[in-house]
Parts: sequence; structure tokens; C-alpha cells
Amino acid sequence: MTDAPTLYGLCAAALVGVGVYGFIVNPQPLRKILAFNVVGSGVFVLFGAIAHRGAGSGWGGDPVPQALLITGIVVAFSATALAVTLLLRLADEADSVSLASDTPAPAETDAIPHGR
Amino acid sequence: MTTTPGGLLLVLAVMVPFVGVLAGFAFGGRTAQRVAMFTILAGLGIAIAIAATMLRSGAALVYVLGGWAPPLGIALRADGLALVMMLAVAVVILGIGVYARANFGTPSGVREARAPLVFWTLLLAIWGSLNLVFVSGDLFTLYVALELLTFAAVPLVCLDGRGETLRAALRYLLFALLGSMLYLLGAVLLYGAYGTLDISLLAARIRPGPAAWSAAALMTTGLLAKTALFPLHLWLPPAHAGAPAAASAVLSGLVVKGSWFLVVRLWFDVLPGVVTVPSAQLLAALGAAAILFGSVVALRQARLKLMIAYSTVAQLGYLFLMFPLAFSPEWARLVSGDALAGGMLQAISHATAKAAMFMAAGVLYAALGHDRVADLAGAGRALPVSVSAFTLGGVSLIGLPPSGGFLAKWLLLTAAVESGQWWWVAVMLAGGLLTAGYVFLVLGRALAGTKQPLTPRAPVSRSQEAAALALALVSMLLGLVAFMDTELIGTGR
Repeated sequence: MTDAPTLYGLCAAALVGVGVYGFIVNPQPLRKILAFNVVGSGVFVLFGAIAHRGAGSGWGGDPVPQALLITGIVVAFSATALAVTLLLRLADEADSVSLASDTPAPAETDAIPHGR
Repeated sequence: MTTTPGGLLLVLAVMVPFVGVLAGFAFGGRTAQRVAMFTILAGLGIAIAIAATMLRSGAALVYVLGGWAPPLGIALRADGLALVMMLAVAVVILGIGVYARANFGTPSGVREARAPLVFWTLLLAIWGSLNLVFVSGDLFTLYVALELLTFAAVPLVCLDGRGETLRAALRYLLFALLGSMLYLLGAVLLYGAYGTLDISLLAARIRPGPAAWSAAALMTTGLLAKTALFPLHLWLPPAHAGAPAAASAVLSGLVVKGSWFLVVRLWFDVLPGVVTVPSAQLLAALGAAAILFGSVVALRQARLKLMIAYSTVAQLGYLFLMFPLAFSPEWARLVSGDALAGGMLQAISHATAKAAMFMAAGVLYAALGHDRVADLAGAGRALPVSVSAFTLGGVSLIGLPPSGGFLAKWLLLTAAVESGQWWWVAVMLAGGLLTAGYVFLVLGRALAGTKQPLTPRAPVSRSQEAAALALALVSMLLGLVAFMDTELIGTGR
């Protein structure tokens, strides 16, 4: 039971579990972003384990999950960059970066202030 | 699987909006807006060409990328479901494009302004991503399309850069990110168990079992977070109500339908024999809770835009009622029938009606300087076209004939009665009454007389009012498709 892919699969499950737990219980947005990355790491480790298990004879690994994995990492990276940028803008504009708030007032006019 | 004649149109439907995005960024400023309008017309033409090709051939359109057939390569595939969604999105985007010209023109004397550039390019990006969601034949391409949709939609929420809207955007992004990660995890599990991500190959290989069940649960949960189904709706009202009206119309009318469409694809095309009756009933129970909760909260809103946003929470609930209704006991699987047609029609009529309502609310806001429901008296006389657009959209949501909402709810009600699931009938009727409550609340205020006639604070743009009214009329007349002798939704399925 304890061959390498199984071990990696279990690690992946643990990472996803820790990440989802952290995502739900931590109120701070930065911690949520980090927790999202932990879940992502779990998914990518699982990809690796599946690539190894699905390899044909004479192959080191199934190449399809590896190709998908790279795309997934790029997407998760850009998502993190976008989230951190939003968080920095929020820190500039508002006093606190907590997510709890009243519902926003409507824009003063529908015409957006230009040149910003 | 080989490329069918006209298959290249599917590539164009995805590529043309993204070429527009790149051209918009490359040329910038006023050119971005012109590029967007040109792309919108071209995209509408492509959608109509796809419809014409499919109606002629009566089969699905397929394009095999690079000539590599699945499972080695990936394929784009458009069936009747994809076709009706593409047509609806093209029409709504056209309406929003006409409406947004007045709000998002680059001001004279400036070469380029941030908000117009971002709005026009992201509008095209959302369109391209939605088309990719509709025509992808592969679970991983769908994941990329979903993420593109999120990345294009989140900046629209915080277009004006105020603190509260940034917070709403961040909350939306976090919900969406966890949702797409859960979806990806499910897709990985399916690949590990069945060795393919192609939808048609997977549908042939998949068997009920722990791997398929956990993948189904993970993917559905993730998509529900992105669709904002109760109780995962918390991000939606502040995000949709705080954005400028044109952006709210895109977000509420179109963006949430992307992830919902993916749930439909999964349940009807990948997992029809894997999902169980209790799971379908659970999905519909969440939908029912969304209908009741969203409508009651909408009734209590003091501000028009928030009321419309909570109405979206409620109307999304209807989209999930169809799952247990589509379950066929004799086949022990989901079947495409009247329930599916009702759900699709509900999605389309809500997209057009909700976009029209947000656009009308935007005109009211610009003219009155506020959107407090209690202070709308006199608006009916001063802005008759906008109030009519809001009302017609609302009538379609309530489900009065001949609106699209009427036909959708009629199909769902019939399916519920035929399958003996009377409790969903009760939910739908209660939801209709509550919807009527908040629509007539607004209408009653807007039609109330005032001592002095109301004068708009700013001149009202005729094209904006016309665009809102046109979309509301489309939603209102959608019910007439019942008289058309075409089986559009069933094409190629």
C-alpha cells in the first residue's frame, strides 16, 4: 500500500484538507490567499501522483497530467497575483483589509471618475 | 470525431472577442471602444452563422483542434444548449454595448482613460470566455475558460476603485478561486480514474463509484460557489450592486450563467448515470431556499440596485430546480427533456430581463441622483421608457405570459406535476408571488403622483433607455418561441 504514488496521493489529500480548513476559518484575506495556494499545491501533487501511476511501460510518467499541471500552476499564480494586487489596493483605499463590511453604497454617478 | 463543415465558426466565436481584447489594449483610448463595437457586431454575425449552419445540418458542430482527435487532442463542440446560450449572450452583449457608450466614452481632451479602456476590453474578454465555456469539449479547457471568466469579471466589480467595491471584488475573487480549485481537483480525480478529460469519451467510460461520486461532489460544489447558489451567495449582492450599471448587467445577466452552464454540462453530459436522485433533490432544495430567501430579502431592500441583485440570488434558484425534474426513473439517469428546456429558457430570459432591469436602474440613478425605492415617486412620468423597461423585465421574472419566464416556469411546472414532485410547484408559485411583490413595490412608487413634476438631474440618454427597453422586450417576447417549430435545444444531443 505504501508505494510512492499512494504516499504522494495521501500527502495531496492532507494538503487539500489543511488548505480548505485554513480558507474557511481564517478571516484575514491574505491568509485566505495563502490557504488557496496550499489547496492548489495539494491538487498539483495529486496530478504528479496520477501521472506516475498512469505511465505506460517504459515511460517515467504520463505526459498529459504534466502538461495540465504546468497550465494549472500558471493559472493559480496569476490568480494569486490578482488577489494580492486587489488586497494592496484595498489597503491603500480603506482603513482595514477585513472582508466583513456593510454592502457598498452605489457609485455617486454611473459616470466613473476619469483618468484614474 | 472529425471537424464538421462550419466547425471553424466555433474557433472564430472564441477567437474574435479575444483578438478584440488584444487590439483594444494595443491601440488603446478611443480606438478600444470602436474595436469593441466592431467586434460585438462581428461576434453577433458569427453566432447567427453558427445557428444557421446547425439548423441546416441538424447536428452538432465540431472542430478538432490541429486535426488531433480526442483523446490525444482537444475538440470544440457546439450542441443546441451551447447554441442558444451563445445567441443569448451575443444579444445581451449588443444591448449592453449600446447602453455603455454613454457611460464609458473616453472624455474629450484625454487620449485614454482607465475605466473606459478596462470596461470595453473586459466586456470582450467575458464574451470570449463565455463562448469558450459553451463550446469546450474537454474538462480542462473548461477549467481554463472558467478562470478566464473570473479574471475578466472581477475587475468590473471594482471599476471605480472605491474601498467597498474593492472589498466586494476581493470577496468574489476568493469565492471563485476556491470554487475553481475544487473543480480542478474533481477533474484530476476523473482523469486519474478514467484516463481522459474529453466529455464524450468520459461519458462513455464513467461508472458510479467512489471516484466518480467524489469528483461530482467536488466539481459541483466548486461551481455552486461561482454561481452564487444559496448559501454560497454572500459575495453576489455587494459585488453586483456596487458596480456601474452596465457592469452589473454583465455580471448578473451573463457571468453567473457561465458556471451554471458548466453544472448543466457535467450533470447532463458527463455524469447523467452517476448522479443520484437524493443529490439532485439536494441541488433543487438549495435552489428553493435561494428562491424564498432571495425574494424575501429583495422585498426588504431600500435601494433599487440591491433589490435587483437579491432578485438575481432568487432567480438563480430556479435554474437548479430542473435537476430532479429531469431525472427519469425508468432509465435511472438524467434525460434531456422539457425540464432541461425550461431551465435553459429560464437562464436566457433571466439574462435579458436582468440586464434590462439593471440598465433601467442605472438610468433612474443617473437621472434622480439616488436609487432609494421609497423616493421614486414621479419617476414613471419623468422617465416612462426606463420604468417600462424595468417593469417588462420584472414581468418576465414573475412569469406572466407571453414572457420567456412564463414559458420557462410553465415547462418546469409541467415537468414537476408529471413526475409527481408537487413540492417544487409550491416553491415556484410562492417565488412568483414574492417576485410580483418586489416588482410592484417599485412600480407602485414610481407611478405615484407628485405635486411638482420630477425633473431629471441630468439629461437622459435616449440610446440607453432604448437599449434597456429592447432587452426587456426580447425577454418579454421569448415565450413566443413555443410557437416556433424548431427543436433548437435538442440539436446535436
